[in-house]
Amino acid sequence: MLRSWLYLGPLLFALSLPRGAYGQTLTAADTPNDHGKSITLSWTNPGPGTHVDQFNLFRSISSIGPFESTAVLKGEAHEYVDACEDLTNGTPYYYKIIARIESGDFEYPVAGPVVPEGQWFHTGKTVVLVFAVAFSFLVLLMIQRAREGRELYVRPIAGIDAVDEAIGRATEMGRPILFIPGISEASEVATIAAFTILGRVAQRTAEYQTRLVVPNVYATVMIIAQEVVKSAYLNAGRPDAYDEKDIFYVTSEQFPFTAAVNGLMLREKPATNFYLGKFYAESLILAETGFQAGSMQIAGTDELTQIPFFVAACDYTLMGEELYAASAYLSKDPLQLGTLKGQDIAKLIIVLVLLLGIIATTFGSDIVTKLLSIRL
Amino acid sequence: MKKQLPVFLTFICAFLLTVQYFVPHRSFEQIYEVSNIWLQIIGVFSIFLGITSLVTMHVRKIRHRQRQWQYSFITLGGLFAMVAAGLIPALEQRGSYEWLYDHILNPISATMFSLLAFFIASAAFRAFRARSAIATILLLAAVFVMLGRVPLGDRMSHGLFPAIADWLLNVPNVAAKRAILIGVGLGEASMALRVMLGIERSYMAGE
Repeated sequence: MLRSWLYLGPLLFALSLPRGAYGQTLTAADTPNDHGKSITLSWTNPGPGTHVDQFNLFRSISSIGPFESTAVLKGEAHEYVDACEDLTNGTPYYYKIIARIESGDFEYPVAGPVVPEGQWFHTGKTVVLVFAVAFSFLVLLMIQRAREGRELYVRPIAGIDAVDEAIGRATEMGRPILFIPGISEASEVATIAAFTILGRVAQRTAEYQTRLVVPNVYATVMIIAQEVVKSAYLNAGRPDAYDEKDIFYVTSEQFPFTAAVNGLMLREKPATNFYLGKFYAESLILAETGFQAGSMQIAGTDELTQIPFFVAACDYTLMGEELYAASAYLSKDPLQLGTLKGQDIAKLIIVLVLLLGIIATTFGSDIVTKLLSIRL
Repeated sequence: MKKQLPVFLTFICAFLLTVQYFVPHRSFEQIYEVSNIWLQIIGVFSIFLGITSLVTMHVRKIRHRQRQWQYSFITLGGLFAMVAAGLIPALEQRGSYEWLYDHILNPISATMFSLLAFFIASAAFRAFRARSAIATILLLAAVFVMLGRVPLGDRMSHGLFPAIADWLLNVPNVAAKRAILIGVGLGEASMALRVMLGIERSYMAGE
């Protein structure tokens, strides 16, 4: 910061330098919203209608040189981002550019000094920050209200209500339940949501003494799934019924995993299949095989492109946010329900902003679009 | 302590990574890079547990002569062949691992993926039955989209079917997709907040 002030004098001096004969200028500035090591250059044409073959860009740490060649650019170029690891943050740099035109070379006045530096805040993400802070505040407020004992209504979610029915069916048929917690890592939010429902399902299967089979794509997911199921069996008072080998690792390859699970479905004929978490192209292959095996199927994913496949092939589908709401819905914990309420209010605010945007755009104003734009 | 320490660590990690999103400075980029390296290290350790689980399951299957136990030999054979091809220098230098990957694993995966076409046909057959008014609308929309996507539909309707298909895909379809996306975004943020604040602890096996 102090260095920036120190270089402000030379910078002002550089800006006061006379322009070239045709008013040509070369400007250099630190690239905003980055980790440094980058300078953005822009320049005007050497003259009105002048055809330029190429621009040769040079850089130096002194205004008098020596300058080293940085880039050779096409004649149409008028901007260049000099981003390379050779640049040192905090060091002043000078630039000059030579335009190759028909009558020879034309040299622009030297631009600089300019100091590359990393920023502590990405101004292009201000809208995201404002919304994140407002949303967090809203959620915390709703949690506080829930703590005070206010009753919060949550609409019924058919897919979650059907969980007990699905487990009961498996118990009556004497066949296992298959639970697939998606094909993504444990760090995925959808996988974490799947663990919550797995805990609930495991508790019921422990009570009803039904076998629960959980194939996994990642070993980390397998370890957490084993702990979740073990804990649920312990809570149900049936630790003896827990079989660690039923929660196993298959492979981290997408389609070999699909083939293995399809084989499992056709051999074991599970009464119920749960597909909860992140799914990709294998979703329909799994769900259709499950349908052919005669299983009742409950699916839930936040992957937009896979939702229609699950809707077509499964009995119940948790669409997008319903998967995340499951933990709050199942636990009936006021704290968790509070976060759902906060979510709903945020949704209402978004709808109002959308309406405002529609009205403004209809009347030819882009103020809402400009206010909410994000530059990454 | 068993509850508080993981919740505290989760909060610190989540908070730092959230802040990192808004700070482009090199020091915060390094936090992100280091956390990714840690994630990979944890993943490498867990793979041993995964392989142990896989081998144990298939050995048990072979020992108890469970249904279709013969395929377990292929699984175990494939596992050890890939490990040998990647670890034994003589095999690795001859490009055995790449050969197995390109000539066996990739074609098998592509075959599984290609089955999707047939599954789409069977699922569409069930989904597009006109059992109710809503299902009929779905069926009609599907018919227009399918006809609008093939040259025959274009010729039959002089460009009307492609126009209807484009409208269906770009207007009602995109509107529904965006509505779900907004819900997903808020749901994820809400879930992340629950995990950060220790309200949601399912990943700790309900601790």
